[in-house]
Amino acid sequence: MRNPYLPMEAEVSGRIEEAPGMFTLELRLSDGAQRERYRFLPGQFNMLYLYGVGEIPISLSSDPEEREVLGHTIRAVGRVTRAISRLEPGTRLGLRGPYGRGWPMAEAEGRDLVILTGGLGCAPVVAAIGYAMRRRQRFRRLVIMQGVKHTADMIWRARYDTWAQAAGTQVLLAADVAEPGWRGQVGPVTPLLEQADFDPDLSTVMMCGPQPMMLDGARRLLERGVADDRIWLSLERNFQCGVGHCGHCQLGPYFVCRDGPVFRYRDIRWLFGTQGF
Amino acid sequence: MSSIRFLARAGLDSLFHALGGAGYRCIGPRVRDGAICYEAIERAEQLPLGYGDRQAPGEYRLEQGDGGRCFAWANGPQALKPLLFGPRETLWRTSTDESGHIRFESAEPVPERLAVIGVRACDLAGLALQDKHFLHHQEDPWYAARRSDLLLVAVNCTHPAATCFCASTGDGPKVQGGADVALSELDEGFLVEAYTDAGRAVCDALSLQEASPEQQARARREIDAGAARQVRRISGRNLRSALFANLDHPRWSEVAERCLSCGSCVAVCPTCFCHAEREQPSLDGGSSEHLRQWDSCYSAEHSYIHGRLLRPDTRTRYRQWLTHKLGGWHDQYGRSGCVGCGRCITWCPVGIDITEEAAGVCSGEPAP
Repeated sequence: MRNPYLPMEAEVSGRIEEAPGMFTLELRLSDGAQRERYRFLPGQFNMLYLYGVGEIPISLSSDPEEREVLGHTIRAVGRVTRAISRLEPGTRLGLRGPYGRGWPMAEAEGRDLVILTGGLGCAPVVAAIGYAMRRRQRFRRLVIMQGVKHTADMIWRARYDTWAQAAGTQVLLAADVAEPGWRGQVGPVTPLLEQADFDPDLSTVMMCGPQPMMLDGARRLLERGVADDRIWLSLERNFQCGVGHCGHCQLGPYFVCRDGPVFRYRDIRWLFGTQGF
Repeated sequence: MSSIRFLARAGLDSLFHALGGAGYRCIGPRVRDGAICYEAIERAEQLPLGYGDRQAPGEYRLEQGDGGRCFAWANGPQALKPLLFGPRETLWRTSTDESGHIRFESAEPVPERLAVIGVRACDLAGLALQDKHFLHHQEDPWYAARRSDLLLVAVNCTHPAATCFCASTGDGPKVQGGADVALSELDEGFLVEAYTDAGRAVCDALSLQEASPEQQARARREIDAGAARQVRRISGRNLRSALFANLDHPRWSEVAERCLSCGSCVAVCPTCFCHAEREQPSLDGGSSEHLRQWDSCYSAEHSYIHGRLLRPDTRTRYRQWLTHKLGGWHDQYGRSGCVGCGRCITWCPVGIDITEEAAGVCSGEPAP
């Protein structure tokens, strides 16, 4: 019997403290054949299982071509994530996936790519950014926008610095609360769209973050002339099974775990932002 | 020669024997704790002979009369759902050793040939919807294992309750397929019609006579009369657009004042499929079970995402249930998720009526 809910064993091969309460776990599937078979796309997620505690959905934040270890960036907020945050390298846990529909990397080729993220929203898109940077010639301009509550939450600053140096690439950062010496914007990230250099008719936008931020971002992008089927959003919902069975993640007619978590804005626009959905 | 045959009332036990002889364990309607429940059954005399029921919003009462029929009642709180989609199911077990390795072991379904006697048309419609959910996109191994060996002996419903509205949803009261055998109960016995090879094999073991045209006409009249007695209805048209166009209707707040958010409607609904995954570690920590159990969109945890609740109040939870049941199902599985069984009305402790609420919300539909 093929049990679609059965995890594979994985080992914590690295743990990177990204910010207070935020960390990246590098996981290596124990079984060589499983490691060989495993493939994912940026934007997909895994269910991670902590022994005796339970499962939690976590986005993959590493590059899909990095086959040895799978990166998962996690904020410790709930029962399982807090327990997972204490794991040391060498600890074993369970992993099943990947689940869901990832970012439209192929569709974005030959176009300007705008990536707009807020908070830890950067985790689901960081794999997409890395993907585009490694295949830079396939994309036109690349605009990376990231907003956080506090500058202390701004992880991966070195990467942003490197990305900002790349040709045809613009990095725009914002923080609601800034520490001294902050050179980015103070306030929300979405108004920075006015400074973003991209062709609205020839752009693909990938957005991830808090709902109000994404709603405001979508509004500004539409005003700028980006079509609603070129704007993509990654949604977070209560994922328990990952295969569209348990029912918790439903957004109207959609099972977000299976039909998403990445959606065209056009498809969900009629319901997205309505309280309770 | 008609494929509809007649089984004398005295011969009903032979149906149980035939099923037992074919290796089926029988489940059927029995009276327990003042309700008709689907449980293990071995003999015809264990059926609810002479019982009737009275159902109303928030009310269910069994009544024993001197009638000689076994199926002269509408549905009780459950029928097929718990038999296939188990209320609690272990998905896998895990253990750890000194080296720190974790071993995962799949929990295997236990195959069993199950025959269910007395299934109603609404339950067959509910089963067809659960089939779509648990088998079509991603096969659920437990559901699939039980489903493949399931034999269904349906009974055409002649005694709908006041809460029933299957005629309006188009799902009953006559069995329209999905069963192996269908019975129609008459005073003197049963009309028997087999639809599948498995059903014909069972019927071959029965002592059947020709069913007269008069008997067949009488059975049809009883079913039609039952349909005509149904007082509730849900509009036959697709309510999806009307519901989603009225998400701000004041009716949602009004029903939230009455709704207890208890989830009874979800538990008795033959199509509701939500379930939560749970972890159950052993006391010594050496092993753990990962299981699922029925969940409800009325619980707070159902909409939990990283430290907050997407649906913090009863208004948004009731709205989620109704817009999904009568709206989202159309997109997901091509039809409404409601089969007109009326259980959510009967078993709601405060008697909220889905047909009234749907009509109330959709009445605010803006003119097209």
